[in-house]
Amino acid sequence: MKGRVLVVDDDTALAEMLGIVLRGEGFEPSFVADGDKALAAFRESKPDLVLLDLMLPGRDGIEVCRLIRAESGVPIVMLTAKSDTVDVVVGLESGADDYIVKPFKPKELVARIRARLRRSEEPAPEQLAIGDLVIDVAGHSVKREGQSIALTPLEFDLLVALARKPWQVFTREVLLEQVWGYRHAADTRLVNVHVQRLRSKVEKDPERPEIVVTVRGVGYKAGPS
Amino acid sequence: MSRDSAAPAPGRPGIRSGRPVGPQARRGSVLRRFLDGGLLLQGGVKGSPVLRLFARWVRRPLLPAMRLWRRNIQLKIVVTTLLMSLGVVLLLGIVVIGSVRNGLLDAKVKASQSQAEGGFRAAKDKADTAAAGARDGATADSRAPLNTNNWMSELVTQLSSGGQSAFDVVTLSPPGADSSDSVRGPRASGGVLDPSVPDDLRERVDQMTGASQEYTRIVYEDGKGSQPGLVIGKQLTDPKGNAYQLYYLFPLTQEEKSLGLVKGTLATAGLFVVVLLGAIAWLVVRQVVTPVRMAAGVAERLSAGRLQERMKVTGEDDIARLGEAFNKMAQNLHTKIQQLEDLSRMQRRFVSDVSHELRTPLTTVRMAADVIHDARVDFDPVTARSAELLADQLDRFESLLSDLLEISRFDAGAAALEAEPIDLREVVRRVVGGAAPLAEHKGTHVRIIGDQQPVVAEADARRVERVLRNLVVNAVEHGEGKDVVVRLAAAGGAVAVAVRDYGVGLKPGEATRVFSRFWRADPARARTTGGTGLGLSIALEDARLHGGWLQAWGEPGGGSQFRLTLPRTADEPLRGSPIPLEPEDSRRNRGLSEAGLPLGGGAGKLATVPAQTAGTSRVPSPVPAKEPAASRYAVDPAALPGSGARVVARGEAAASAAASAARGEDAGAMDAPDERSGPADAAGGRGEGSGGGRAR
Repeated sequence: MKGRVLVVDDDTALAEMLGIVLRGEGFEPSFVADGDKALAAFRESKPDLVLLDLMLPGRDGIEVCRLIRAESGVPIVMLTAKSDTVDVVVGLESGADDYIVKPFKPKELVARIRARLRRSEEPAPEQLAIGDLVIDVAGHSVKREGQSIALTPLEFDLLVALARKPWQVFTREVLLEQVWGYRHAADTRLVNVHVQRLRSKVEKDPERPEIVVTVRGVGYKAGPS
Repeated sequence: MSRDSAAPAPGRPGIRSGRPVGPQARRGSVLRRFLDGGLLLQGGVKGSPVLRLFARWVRRPLLPAMRLWRRNIQLKIVVTTLLMSLGVVLLLGIVVIGSVRNGLLDAKVKASQSQAEGGFRAAKDKADTAAAGARDGATADSRAPLNTNNWMSELVTQLSSGGQSAFDVVTLSPPGADSSDSVRGPRASGGVLDPSVPDDLRERVDQMTGASQEYTRIVYEDGKGSQPGLVIGKQLTDPKGNAYQLYYLFPLTQEEKSLGLVKGTLATAGLFVVVLLGAIAWLVVRQVVTPVRMAAGVAERLSAGRLQERMKVTGEDDIARLGEAFNKMAQNLHTKIQQLEDLSRMQRRFVSDVSHELRTPLTTVRMAADVIHDARVDFDPVTARSAELLADQLDRFESLLSDLLEISRFDAGAAALEAEPIDLREVVRRVVGGAAPLAEHKGTHVRIIGDQQPVVAEADARRVERVLRNLVVNAVEHGEGKDVVVRLAAAGGAVAVAVRDYGVGLKPGEATRVFSRFWRADPARARTTGGTGLGLSIALEDARLHGGWLQAWGEPGGGSQFRLTLPRTADEPLRGSPIPLEPEDSRRNRGLSEAGLPLGGGAGKLATVPAQTAGTSRVPSPVPAKEPAASRYAVDPAALPGSGARVVARGEAAASAAASAARGEDAGAMDAPDERSGPADAAGGRGEGSGGGRAR
């Protein structure tokens, strides 16, 4: 599968190496080394995915991530040297879909990129209901009483995964596998942060969620419709 | 108040347990208690239990006061001052009153004596005159015979009339004489009754020729009440030559009044002085004690970590110097701690920065190595092998780096617990699944026991998984191809996972050292998975972060068991673990139970809380019987850990079961030294005992 990937990284050696690996896997990488120029490069190259280093000269990765997310739902994968919860959560909350901690193996990186790109491949016509929301899977839209709610592709996938099996309680590990495409369990913080982001958009009162319900000790499930 | 300061709290009569038992100790403590303030109050009564009970009953309401006395120096000083000044004032009062009384009475006594002397002389003269008159009576006086009765009455009236009620006169017959006739009967002026004259004075007057005196109380017939007085008496003879006693009674009412006034004044003044001294002592002590108390408070806050706390210093006196010195000390302490903290922070920061800075180039190297590694089929053998080595060692480097970073995070206190209720069975299954390839490679079978019921605890799944992965991988790696048993249990506010292997085990003393950083059991031994040497240190920190325990047990050649115990809820302190640290199939436990002996001190590490599932303790023997068990037993039972329970001959099964039951009861009384004895102990022992029945 072909895909344009924008690599935002100031370390030229790493960027070059990323380029080699990505090209080897059949992607079309483009590069930008400065946070200030990242947004312009993004508009220009219109990538299918952004690989974003968190520590950048100029604007830092968090800021860049927020700017890109403000105008596009394109998948963003963060590269970070810090795996501390605070750093990861800040990155995810700024809008990144996934993160990968340095040092990583090329195969792992490629697997994550593919998982993020695979999402928009097979839109089957399907109507789902969760709570008072109506989800048009093919049309990639979520509506409450006719009002459309904007979700990123990842949030949409998360919601669809829950809505497809409203009777099932999803553990974080299962969600990671289904939504993020991880084979074996990775960090469940990903799920927590994205569930919170999703709730802030779809719930009437994010403090008392009705759409995405927490099942204590197990995971999440879709609220009654 | 050393030992006895630990007196029982009110309402808890449990002092006996803390008593020293030896006679020496008791004597010492009784003495000390006596010195401390009252044998009875301090409960030093040795006698009957009733007495002891009484002493305790008396003591109880006094305990708060005694505690206050022990703890309050101000009270001590004020009370001491009061007592001492009271003593001084009393002494002074006695002396003053004594001298005043002497001064007042001396003059009076002298005047009385001369008055009485004059009286005695007059009476003698009168008697002589009357006697002479009687002898010449026939000529001079027609009245005859001389009426002694009237003469005596006259004498009394005459003598007392000169005193203007400053004194009274009494005549009495000598004690031995018959006083029934009216002549010798008592006569008195001013309504004085004759009991006013003490009997012993009458005796004395009777025997002596001179005058005698004594203090007495003068009693009047008309019910005026009695008055203090001085009696001076002398034996005389009447005109007929019969002896009679003449007494002068001087009332001392005025002197008594004066003395009473002096006494009252002195008492009032003394009371004032005592109270004032107490108040002064209180004020003075307060001036000293207040800064001391303040210093104590500040010191307490300092030790609690509030290093900015300082004492308020006013003036230049000794107290102020104390405050200044104290503040200087606090300041130096603060600076020193700050320096150390800065240093430590810098160091941790450095480790963290290095780890982070290394990561970006390492990523590039890693990717390059992988690319080269993937293409190694095209290389010549030497280059291809080099590429393999490069990739392998990069893996190792990477894990070392991440472990180092993790440790630095713990050291920096930056590790945060993200606890939520998780089912440990899930984690264990994931871990065992993850370790499956390694286990297969080693020919080890990893089995999970006790996963019939959920084992839920508030924990950080990521960390728990890391700990368990470490334990399982270690067990597989050191298990020498023998089985590895992962056991789960939950009970009494705690959950536990124990990983048991039957490999080389641990030498004595190694059970704690395994958690040291970069410690290796045997440096000469080949490492297959190339651990970083930090795994167990990180695991221990992870366990601590949960408020849990990570402990190791092992015997040389008998394998080892690592036990992770976590509190069921994050903020609950651990009191015990549902799984014994030393497994039931340890060589020692087996040896003792097979010999039919109850476990001795060795049972200390048995479970402290009852196991939740009966199935947990009914563990089938972990080593699969690949060979006929009896033949192995014949070779060396100890060499086959875990198989001992299985190879006992059928006839011995009952005995060993009984032994196990005995051990179970024993275990109830025992407790691991590192585990607080919980109320569930006995139940735990029984639970283990029923499990012991598996020895077949």
